[in-house]
Amino acid sequence: MSYLYYPGCSLEGTSQEYNISTRALFSSLDISLNEIPEWTCCGASAAESVSYLLSLSLPARVLALAEKMDDCDQLLVPCSACYLNLKKVEEKVKKDPVLLENLNTILEAENLSLKNSTKVKHLLEVLSKDVGPDSIQKKTKKYLNGLTIAPYYGCQCLRPYPVFDDPEAPTSMEPLLKAVGVKVHQWNMGSKCCGASQMATKSDIAVKYVADILRAAKGADAIVTVCPMCQMNLEAYQEKVCSTAGEDLHTSILYLPQLLGIALGLSAKELGFDFNLAVSKGLRQKMVI
Amino acid sequence: MEDLNKTPGLFKDVQEMVQSCIQCGTCSGSCLAASVMEHTPRHIWRLVQLGCKEDVLNSKSFIYCASCYYCTLRCPRGLPLTEAMAKLKEISAKSSQKKHKSSMDFYKYFVKSVCRHGRVNEVELMTNYLISTKNPVTSLKYAPLGMKLMGKGKLSFGNALKGNGVLDVLFAKVKEMEDRT
Repeated sequence: MSYLYYPGCSLEGTSQEYNISTRALFSSLDISLNEIPEWTCCGASAAESVSYLLSLSLPARVLALAEKMDDCDQLLVPCSACYLNLKKVEEKVKKDPVLLENLNTILEAENLSLKNSTKVKHLLEVLSKDVGPDSIQKKTKKYLNGLTIAPYYGCQCLRPYPVFDDPEAPTSMEPLLKAVGVKVHQWNMGSKCCGASQMATKSDIAVKYVADILRAAKGADAIVTVCPMCQMNLEAYQEKVCSTAGEDLHTSILYLPQLLGIALGLSAKELGFDFNLAVSKGLRQKMVI
Repeated sequence: MEDLNKTPGLFKDVQEMVQSCIQCGTCSGSCLAASVMEHTPRHIWRLVQLGCKEDVLNSKSFIYCASCYYCTLRCPRGLPLTEAMAKLKEISAKSSQKKHKSSMDFYKYFVKSVCRHGRVNEVELMTNYLISTKNPVTSLKYAPLGMKLMGKGKLSFGNALKGNGVLDVLFAKVKEMEDRT
């Protein structure tokens, strides 16, 4: 099995452990990830605030590059913001031939073209639907019994396109967690917003969103995420969140492929744990890493 | 210079997007940021329908949208409300609106970094953004994070593609098409 792979900008910088652990996990699942050569930025949520046409042209360029690769038509995307931007083009172009024409006029200037033949898939969709909990369980070497995990989905892998999960009450991570012996923390914050780029532009508000999420995770050993923006907002501002809220809300935060990778017998180093900002000693001891 | 009438077509686009809003308030009830907005989302759409452009753009409302897409998902009329919020940000950016300059600068520097390198350089983005705020206190707020990330070796100073300007053609073409409409 193989997928085309679009890591996106964050996975080359502040969330490189997401890239490292995704590659390591899929390698141990015998699934190859073929990175799109010379890929460019999807525009994140910033491009849309500056120019609508630009916000569709940037992901369209990525999809046009993906179409040039003939090994596969399924594109795996770990970052939820990248996923949504690419998905948005896939969905909009299906219904709007004029838009496809306009995007192709832009792409033609670089001798690129878009047919819209690529199927864009979020990492969580691939793990929960294509790979599935049974395959994960079969390959599990180290059951993480005794660990309670709060699954955090965030927004953009669920909404506005509910492709693989309930967009308000998501559960797709639960069978994967259970497959490796983990107990699922019951909460209703899994699909709530972390504040996204508001952490940079209106941080006072975003800090409150994060405080609510961390507070609701009390009782869990960690929160797992599937988005670099969610991960960063939840892990990197905990001092500020705690001092603003006036309570201890420190929580371990890690990526889903990191947790599953440990269960599949990979080492913490192979999964980029050195780069995490909020993984407690207690969690490391419990996971024996 | 600030000019809210620079892009009249864009405001018309927003009006079309929310034309069939029935003022049920599901968007406001779903919005995490409604409590800090001067006008709730439902109120914004009414003002848009009535053509009260200045009231909408000068309020602290759309700028708080974090694109969580709850309103879009739940809108009984199926209106693209998150996109309408983004379109208001676009008008603000293109009008060089002073009121929301700090937020818009973040988006602008993000796009500039993409244009220059093909990929976002997070260090360059935050440096330019913090300089643009001209507020040392804001910069200091991010200092602990910067140190933390640097300590982990996570600050990448050069993830650019070989040869800058890989997106020059695309950016120029987008601008050309936008100017035409």
